[in-house]
Amino acid sequence: MTELDFEFLRAYLKQRSGLALTAEKRYLVESRLAPVCRRFNYATLRDLIGSLKVGHDTAIERAVVEAMTTNETFFFRDRLPFDLFRDVVLPEAIARNAARRRLRIWCAAASTGQEPYSIAMLLQEAGAKLAGWQVDIVATDISSEVIDKAKLGLYSQFEVQRGLPVQWLLKYFTQIGEQWQIAASLRSMVEFRQFNLLHGYEGLGTFDVIFCRNVLIYFDAPTKSEILARFGNSLVPGGALLLGAAETVIGLTDRLAPDTKHRGLYGHAPVPTPALRAAAG
Amino acid sequence: MSPRETTCLVVDDSAVIRKVARRIIEDIGYVVVEAEDGDTALELCAESMPDVILLDWNMPNRDGYAFLQELRQSEAGRQPKVIFCTTENDVGAIARALHAGADEYIMKPFDRDILTAKLEQVGVSAKAASNLI
Repeated sequence: MTELDFEFLRAYLKQRSGLALTAEKRYLVESRLAPVCRRFNYATLRDLIGSLKVGHDTAIERAVVEAMTTNETFFFRDRLPFDLFRDVVLPEAIARNAARRRLRIWCAAASTGQEPYSIAMLLQEAGAKLAGWQVDIVATDISSEVIDKAKLGLYSQFEVQRGLPVQWLLKYFTQIGEQWQIAASLRSMVEFRQFNLLHGYEGLGTFDVIFCRNVLIYFDAPTKSEILARFGNSLVPGGALLLGAAETVIGLTDRLAPDTKHRGLYGHAPVPTPALRAAAG
Repeated sequence: MSPRETTCLVVDDSAVIRKVARRIIEDIGYVVVEAEDGDTALELCAESMPDVILLDWNMPNRDGYAFLQELRQSEAGRQPKVIFCTTENDVGAIARALHAGADEYIMKPFDRDILTAKLEQVGVSAKAASNLI
């Protein structure tokens, strides 16, 4: 791949997905795009990039973006965010929404579904506390391919063994040959949608909780700021944002601030009092 | 006085599996002891009870299931975390293993990520795992 082609691809991915393809990720390009070349009958990567330059074929464009975005995920990945959700975020949201008995959760980079289904399992375990509640889990990802897989809720033996306690494997999954399918009752709790984080969020509504973990690391600072500001608009007052361990809002937006007691948890920044505002002005 | 090291007993009649498991578990920082069958494993447990046991199912001289049943008879034998690691990959086998006292279950073939995750679930993060259930 020539330097010019790499630069084109870098600008192309940035514009369409926000993905910041750094020079050290260059090695990924050939391995990730080789299957796309085969699928669309291009002999070389150069031919594929040539086609992107001409434009017009949205199927190829989408396949390239999907191939280059990372889909690494597993059940209860990193554990801590799920402990925070169960022990801190969920009890607070239940108390706050007790009158209207409704809870809305957004997994903003759901990949193949392990994160939203992990949340669904925790909600099932909450049992009586949520009896009679309307609970929506909206799970989105830029890749329609992974969303299709997520909807099926069908996982390999390898996938169900990474992070999922075996007791929950027995409780929530059915063995189908060499694969395992998550229970229909859990699948029905999650609404999967293909969605680009760079597009408008208005159609999604507002949320009590947003999970967006290990996604912002792939964006440059202005894109991170833009997305975080939009998350600020999408969160209800008192709502919670959970980011990945290597991600933060600090220095990127003044709409959101870290929870002082719980690492990895974020909420709306406190509104300055009139006296402070006057002093600042 | 230095803190006691975490010991993992790997019980498998395949020398290859024991070697692979040893490499991964030593990387995590555990001390590894090996046994090639259930009888030898029981003798080793009688000498010094490990913290974690990675246990194959099908072995000569007492299989993993019989070993676990025997182990869990005694007070000391109820202490180690036991992870079955076996080609017995159906729901019925998993349920039997849990009923006999296994804490976790790995279906072969496995990889480094799976073994590491399961060890963390029962070992380092044992408290968090029990909270989750």
